[in-house]
Parts: sequence; C-alpha cells; structure tokens
Amino acid sequence: MIDVCRSLPIWLIPALPAAGFVVLALVGARFPRRWVAIVGAGSVGAAAAATLCTAIGFLGRPPETGVIEERLWSWIDVGSFEIGFNLAVDALSLVMIFVVTFVGFLIHVYSTEYMADDSAYSRFFACMNLFVAFMLMLVLADSLFLLYLGWEGVGLCSYLLIGFWYSDPANGAAARKAFIVTRVGDTAFAIALLLLYKHAGTLDIQAAMAWAADNWAVGSGIAVAVALLLLGGAVGKSAQLPLQVWLPDAMAGPTPVSALIHAATMVTAGVYLIARTHVVFELAPTAMTTVAAVGAATLLLAGCSALVQTDIKRVLAYSTISQIGYMFLGLGVGAWSAAVFHLMTHAFFKALLFLGAGAVIISLHHEQDIFKMGGLRRRLPGVFWTFLIGSASLAALPLVTAGFYSKDLILWAAWSSDSGSPWLWAAGAGGALLTAVYAFRLVFIVFFGDERGHVERRPGLLILVPLTVLAVLSVVGGFVETPSALGHVSFFFDLLDPVLPPAHATVAGHGTEVLLQTVVAAITLLGVGLAFFLYVRRPAIPAAVKASPLGAWLCGLWLSGWGFDTLYDRIFVRPFVAVAGLLRADPLDEISSSVARVIAAGNSALSRTQDGRVRTYAFGIGLGAVIAVAVVVLT
Amino acid sequence: MDTQYGWLLNLICYLPLAGALLMVFFIKNENVGAIKTAAAIIAGVDFVLSLPLWFLYRTDGAEFQFASRAEWITSVGAQYLFGVDGFAILLILLTTLLGFISVYSSFTAITHREKEYYVFLLMLQTGMMGVFCSLDFVLFYVFWEVMLVPMYFLIGVWGGPRKLYAAIKFFLYTLVGSVLMLVGILALYFYNAGGLKAIGLAGLGNTPTFSIPHLYTIAPQVPPELQFWIFLAFFVGFAIKVPMFPFHTWLPDAHVEAPTAGSVILAGVLLKMGTYGFVRLSLPLLPDATVKAVPWIGVLSIVAIVYGALVAMAQKDMKKLVAYSSVSHMGFIMLGMFALNDPGLRGAILQMLNHGVSTGALFLLVGIVYERRHNRLISEYGGIAKVMPVYATFFLIITMSSIGLPTLNGFIGEFLILIGAFNHSWVWALFAASGIVLGAAYMLWLYQRVFFGELANEKNKSLKDLNLREQWTIIPLIFLAFWIGLYPKPFFDRMQPTVDRVMERVSVALPETDLGFVSGGDTDADHAEEPESKHGE
Repeated sequence: MIDVCRSLPIWLIPALPAAGFVVLALVGARFPRRWVAIVGAGSVGAAAAATLCTAIGFLGRPPETGVIEERLWSWIDVGSFEIGFNLAVDALSLVMIFVVTFVGFLIHVYSTEYMADDSAYSRFFACMNLFVAFMLMLVLADSLFLLYLGWEGVGLCSYLLIGFWYSDPANGAAARKAFIVTRVGDTAFAIALLLLYKHAGTLDIQAAMAWAADNWAVGSGIAVAVALLLLGGAVGKSAQLPLQVWLPDAMAGPTPVSALIHAATMVTAGVYLIARTHVVFELAPTAMTTVAAVGAATLLLAGCSALVQTDIKRVLAYSTISQIGYMFLGLGVGAWSAAVFHLMTHAFFKALLFLGAGAVIISLHHEQDIFKMGGLRRRLPGVFWTFLIGSASLAALPLVTAGFYSKDLILWAAWSSDSGSPWLWAAGAGGALLTAVYAFRLVFIVFFGDERGHVERRPGLLILVPLTVLAVLSVVGGFVETPSALGHVSFFFDLLDPVLPPAHATVAGHGTEVLLQTVVAAITLLGVGLAFFLYVRRPAIPAAVKASPLGAWLCGLWLSGWGFDTLYDRIFVRPFVAVAGLLRADPLDEISSSVARVIAAGNSALSRTQDGRVRTYAFGIGLGAVIAVAVVVLT
Repeated sequence: MDTQYGWLLNLICYLPLAGALLMVFFIKNENVGAIKTAAAIIAGVDFVLSLPLWFLYRTDGAEFQFASRAEWITSVGAQYLFGVDGFAILLILLTTLLGFISVYSSFTAITHREKEYYVFLLMLQTGMMGVFCSLDFVLFYVFWEVMLVPMYFLIGVWGGPRKLYAAIKFFLYTLVGSVLMLVGILALYFYNAGGLKAIGLAGLGNTPTFSIPHLYTIAPQVPPELQFWIFLAFFVGFAIKVPMFPFHTWLPDAHVEAPTAGSVILAGVLLKMGTYGFVRLSLPLLPDATVKAVPWIGVLSIVAIVYGALVAMAQKDMKKLVAYSSVSHMGFIMLGMFALNDPGLRGAILQMLNHGVSTGALFLLVGIVYERRHNRLISEYGGIAKVMPVYATFFLIITMSSIGLPTLNGFIGEFLILIGAFNHSWVWALFAASGIVLGAAYMLWLYQRVFFGELANEKNKSLKDLNLREQWTIIPLIFLAFWIGLYPKPFFDRMQPTVDRVMERVSVALPETDLGFVSGGDTDADHAEEPESKHGE
C-alpha cells in the first residue's frame, strides 16, 4: 500500500484539476450541467484522493531528506540560469495540499448546488479548477520561480472569479483592483527573487535557503532587504497592511469563491511564502519585527472594521484579514508551525463560515445585509448549527474548538519567544476580544431575534454535507496539537519539525503559560457575553453609540476600513490618472510637428518672394549684385 | 560561413516577391478570389519553406549558415552576401508566420484594390526578410530602404481617415534615420579601406569591403572617437525604427491609420528592425561607444517604459492604446539589451519575438471588432464578453501574455530582462518592475471597459463571435505564447551562439566588473574571492 502510494507521481495532483480546467474550457459550454459538475468537482476530488495517497506514502515511509522531489522538465536553461519545472513535497507542502484539495473539494461540491442557476456554470467550474491547479503548483513548487508562477496564476483566477458576474461594472472594478494591488506586492516579490538570485545564484528553494544560511550574517543588509521584499509580496497576496484594501471589495465574487480563494487558500499564500523562506527571515530580525508589527496592527484594525460592517460577507472579509494578521504575528515571532497550524484551522472554519453565509444569502434571495436577516435559526437549523460551530472556532472558544488551539499557540509564542513582547501579546489578546464580539454579533443578529427575511428555499444535501464536514473539522482539526497543560499532543509540530524549526523561547514558564491561556479564554468568553448583552439583551445600546457624534464618526471610519481607499485614491490613483490625462495627446509629438511647421513657414516665406512682379525680381537681382560686389571689395 | 542550403534562404527571401510579380502579370484585378488564394498560397508556402531553417540550423556550426555569396558591385567592394544565425532565423520565422497571418486576416477587411494590396504585402515580406539575411552593408541598406515603400503604400492607400498624414510622417521619419545610418556605414567602410582625406580620416588600408562579418574583425581597432560618431549615426536610424523615446511619435499615427495587417507587420516585424540593428551592428561593431552609451540609452528606455505606459493609460482609441503599449514594451527590450549581459540580451531577443506575437495578436484582435463596428473607441464597447465569448477568451489570453503572466511568453522575456537590468543596476530593475505594474493597469482597464459591464450599446448586441478563419489567425499566436511560456528552451538554444558572440565582441570594451552573467557567487565583500562567478569572457 505504502509503496504504491509512494510511486504515485506528484504531478498528478495539480494536473487533475488542470485537466478539469482544459476540458471545461474547451467543451464545457456544450456539456449538460450534470457533466460540468462531475468534471469540476470530480477533478478536485481526484486530486484530494491523490493527496491522501501521497500523504499515506509520505507518512508511512518518510523520505530520508524530508522531501520527495519530482523533476518534470527543464523550464528555462540559459547559461547558468537554470530553472526546472520540478515539484517537491515536504511536510509543509503536504499540509498545504491537504488543505487546498480537501477544502477545495468540499467547496466545489457545495458550488454544484450553489451555482446551479447560473448561466455560466461551466465557466465558473473551469476557473475554479484552474485556481486549484495553480494553488497546488504554488505550494508544490521546488523553486521560487515556479512558486511565482503559481502565485501569479492564482492572482489571475482570483481576478476572473471576482469579476465573474461582470455585467455589473462594480464587480469588474473590484477584480481589477484586486489584481493591481496584489501586483504591487508581486513586484516586490519579483525584485526579492532577483536579489536572491544575484547573490545565491539559484532560485531553488532548498539550495537558496541553505546558501543564505551559510553566507549571510544575521542582520546583514542584504538579508533584511530580501526578507522585506518577500514580505512586500506576502502582504499583497495576504491582504495585510498596507495592501489590505483589495480584499473587502473582492467579496463581489460568488460566495464559494470567497470561501475558497479569499479565505481558505489563496490569501494565506503570503503566510506560506514566509514560512517557506523562513531561513531568510531568521537572518533578518528587523524584517521579523516588521512581520509581527504588520500582523498585530492588521489584526486590530481589521477586527475593528469587522465590528461595524453590515454586509455579512464583508464582516467575514475583515475577519479574514484579521485572522491572517494573527498568522503574521505568529510568523513574526518565529512560531512558524503555529502560524501554519492557524492557517489550517482558519481554512476550515472560515470556509465553513463563508459557505454558511452563502447558504443564508441564497435562502434569502441574494440578501447580504445582516440587518435584513434575523431569527433564521428556526428556518435554517442545519446552517445555524454549523455556522455557530464556525463562529465559535473563529472566536476561539476554549477547549472545544480548533481555533482555540491554534490561536493559543500564536499568543503564547508572541509572549514567550525571543522576538516576542508583552505588547504583541496584548495586541493579540485585544484582537481576541474583538473577534469574539464580531463573530457572535453576526450569529446573534442573523440567527436570533425576530424573524426577518423570507426564506425562499432551503439548502439541499450538496450544501449541508460540506457544511457538516467542515464543522467537524473546525472542532477536531485542533486536536492534532494541544498545549502541554491539555494533553500535550504534538502530532502537527512533529510533522512540520524537519521543515520549520520550533520557536526560540526564553521565558518558558509553565505557570505563565497556563495563566495566559486562562486570561485569553476569559477574554473570549467575555467577548461572547458582551455580544449577547449588546445584540440580544440591549440592542438599544449599540444603536445609541452609533447615534452619538463620536460613535458615528468612528463607525464611518471603521465601516470604510479606516479610510485607506480614500487615502490611496488621493495619493496614487488620482495623480496617476491626472498625469496620464495630461499626456494623452503625447506632447512629444510637438517636436516633430514643430519641425514640420518651421519648414512650412520657411516655404511660405520663400514662396512669397515668387510673386510674379518684375520689380521684386529686379530688386532681388540688384540687392544680390550689391552684396556680391561688397563681398569682393571688402575681402 | 556555411553555404549548405544557401539556396533555401534565397528561395524563402525572394519567393514572395516572385509570387507578387506573377500575380501582377497573370491574375486579373477583378478576380478577387484568385488573388486572395494566390497570396495565401505564396505566403503559406513561404512559411512552410522557412520551417526547415529551425531544424537545420546547427548551434555548434559556423556563425552564419545557409550562406550564399556572389560578386556584385566589385568597384566598391560590395558583394551579394546572404547568411543567417539563430537570432536572424527566429526573426525570419516570425516574419513568415506573421506574413501569412496578415494575408489570411485581410480577406474580408480589404475591399478595394485587392490585387495591389496583396502585391505590396508580399513585396514587404521580401524586403523584411532581406534585411535579416543580408551580411553586406550595401545589400542591407538596399533592403532596409526597399521595405519602406510597400509599407508607405499600405498605410497611404488602405489606411484610415488620416492615412496620408500618417504615411508621410512614417516615411520621412524613417528616411531621416536611414540616411544617417548610411553615413555611418560609409564612415566604417572608409575607415576599413584607405580612409577619407576630405575629413582627415585615416584608414586601415584593407581591401575595401562592405562585408559585415569582415568588419566585425576590425571592430576593436576603430578608435573610440570614430566609434562614437558612427554609433550616433546608427543610433538615430535604429532608435527611430524601435522606436525609442523621444523618436516614437510616428508610431501611434502609423498604427492607428494602417490597415490591420499593416499594424501587425509594423508592430511584429518592422519595429524589430531597430532592435535587430542594434544587436547585429551597433553592439558588435562599436563596442566602446556601446558601453559609453549604456547610461543614456538606459535613461531613454526607462522613460519610454513609464511614459509609454502612462500615455497608453489615457488613450480612448484601442489601437492607439496598443501602439503606446508597444513604446513601453520596446523600452523594455532596449533596457535588457543595453544591460550588456547574458540574461539581459537573451531576454531582449526573446522579448522581440514575444512582442511580435502578443502585440501582433492584439492588433489582429482589435482589427476584428473594428471590421464589425468600424469603430475603435473604447467607450463604444462594454460587456461584449456576453456576445463574443471566444473573442473575450482569446483577448484575455493575449492580454495576460502582454502583461507577463507566468506560463505565457511575456513572463520569461520580462523576467530575464529584469535579471539583466538588475545585474546592471537596481535602479534600472526598479523602474522596469514598475513598468510591469503599469502594464497590468492599462491592459486590464482596457479589458474591463471593453468586455465587462452591461452590454448597453445597441450596436454591440448583434456582434458575431469569431468565425473559424478569424480564430485561426489568432490560434497559432496563442500556441506560440504558451510554447515560449512553458518550454522556451528551443528558442534559447537557437539564440545562444548569437548571444555568446555579441557578448564576446562587446566584452573587449566592458570594464571587468560588468562582465557577463553573475551567478553562483556573491558580490558581497566577504565572498568576493569566488572566481567562477563570472562568465562570458
């Protein structure tokens, strides 16, 4: 069994969804819907099966080097610049492909029902398949160059899917914004690759990392530069400060897209990138501090914004930004495995929340305003219970949810790690309060209270089964790694250990750990209680706050995501458009036109001498004679 | 010089001209069907005949292969000298492919004076190919000038409303450039021979010759002062063709007014004449001057990248937008080339092909809707993805190729150019990289305004999607885009000898530190001792 699994080619995993894309793109429009669904979801399901097989092979007989490599073909081979089209599976990519294919498969299954009425059914699945293929390339790439291919590819799919309902110009604008904002980050990423290549002479991940570890001193300028540029790429893709502005608008895409691309997988690619290149970051303490600071600031700012949103998907979008902020916080303090752990649990519960939100949205005929929902727990019990589990996991309710275990590890590292500090911990703990409040605000407003909104149709099995599976994963997904006070399971960290070193801890007091866990747990419960008090018991209080001048101002600021859009519009977009507008007629054309004008003027001046009058000619002859004589006499 | 299959090169070069002459004499003006068929067959056969070059070229063989030689104007030492290297072969294949596509795509677009149109198109093809094949300066110059005439007529007769203005502007601009180039050629010629007393130029006293391979051998002896003036003369000629900022203003007018096929050839091949000239002549013949020109050309290229992108952003006419995007992309090519290192030059050469493929396809695509609506204003469109899904898909793929998405051709070229630019100076790379963001901005905005949104304009509701013929004008280019994007090795293999030789010839003037391809080593002070980090000597 294990041998069979080990002999399974890895390239099958991305190739299956890619094949699904090719089939759907070429002939999908002529397929009946059923076939489209089978090809679309089936190809990802097959990839999930292949992933399972690879995992069995990997865990059953771990490779000696910790990596299974597979060379496909030589992509670019010019002089000493050689890039192979090669794949590699290690523990980190194994976790990633597991998340991508399994969560991806569940979302595809869900989509077969969710998108059933859409006229562009096959286009949807074609793009989704292509996305999964590129995402798998991204995480299986063994060189940064190939990783960049997947990176740009998922960006393209994100663009196509945000703009999926392109008839509304707003959706097209959101798609373009997402592509261009992330491309700013991608450019930083590309320059990081150039810099790394110039020095290390290779873009092969393992070789480049080994080279960097051997040759760069800790804190050397070049390492800091590479790390900061990589961070630039990561903040673009993962929607962190200062490039977070595209993600809330990206909710213009269909909800399964938001679940898969803008919550579970693509947006966490930045976290993956930093974890993958952690060697460089370890050499650059400044960059590590920056990562942690970006994470801490983002999680707080986005948490505040999530608190006041009225669109169910935008709440979840800001929540995603905030949760990825936690992952960055973890990365910034060197808790690589904890960040990846949170990436995984977040993929489960956030996909669940988005899919649950999607079920609510179509039940209410595409209503997304939470204040037009209410009391849905009786009408949509299946959705309610799974959504509740997802929210609990997001809020990190102690002991019983996956989110608790992963977030706990990050917060503990933020306190205890060498590069951690009480401030970072405090930001994370403050964020925990915000998370609990906004997560349960959503639950209480949408599912409790008076019944509002007319439920038109109830979700079928194809929607409920993925929700249930994800709900189970949102609970049990955390038990693969538990803190020392709670059973001390360390399966997940042991798995990742060969790839990602454990965080360096200085103040590893066991008592402190338990104390801090208790404090955060209490904060979380306080947040849930607060949400219950404010949105169930005394709904007048938030309304009154909103009505006060300060509250109104703050609400407006948070609702708009702290005004970043306006700011960027003023300092980048408008000047750019204005300059472009000034140049529209290509002012340089004047140079050649003026030559033409001078010649034309000369022509008209000289042709005026040819006026046909004898006296003009006689004058000319006389003048010429005088000048000629003068020249002869005077010289 | 390897003369095997020399006849093949001549056949490929003159077949279109011969075919055109046969058409003139044997097909009646009214017999439009026969004219189209004949033109398509001639261009198609020419393309098929050019394919063996791809396979027969030996990367380990002589510098110039498929050569042929004959005495021509013996009194001045001009000879008939044909021959190609891998670089020229790539451009010849691009020419024959785009030549066929141009003929094939014109079937319904051109509805008057068809015979003359196809005759000019075929003559143009011979002219372009002659430039790539010539190894004698006089011959080169003849083809260089011959090329102008059919293009002038293509724009002037079958062009848009301001066709005469555009045609004359195109002609004058390029004529000024080529006259200066001729002066440079003569200076080099006289220096190699007995010198020119009138201007106090002493010569080497060799047998007078215009042979480019021979002049390569004397290049290192040309004094820097003279190199500077010759470089300047060549520069004006080539820079106008590229076109480099600030000599680009003929291009948008020519593109906008030219018929679709004219734009395709103009963008696809004619602009490459400039970059071809730099690689074939300026760099290897004038290494000292080349090295001195690097900062200046770097600045002009960077300005072209940013300026072209900004102006493209603001355009309201699709063709004009694509034309300015060409200015930006050609700036990229020049930047890579004048990084004067292995990856930069390779990237530049590959990007010449890529630009021909992507921009050629973009002009074809714009031409297709223009033929349906007779309007190219972006504001006239919107939401047409609904009625033309195949068209929208093709346009998207080409857009992505143009903005350098991995798996497509543009990415490979751009990335190598970036590496080259970065090895030269990080400031270059920074500006070049910013050009990539700007490129995405204007292309995606174009795409959004044309294809996304509500299908509001009544006139667009009945637009027909691509027919089979139109699809097949684009499909070969899409195929090439993916091929180069996924497996560019065969292309790199073929340009390898050229790149090596050019680098070798330029390297005599390069300061030690700028040499070649930095790899495997570190330029940090603590690792500066690694000697194997320098290649290309």
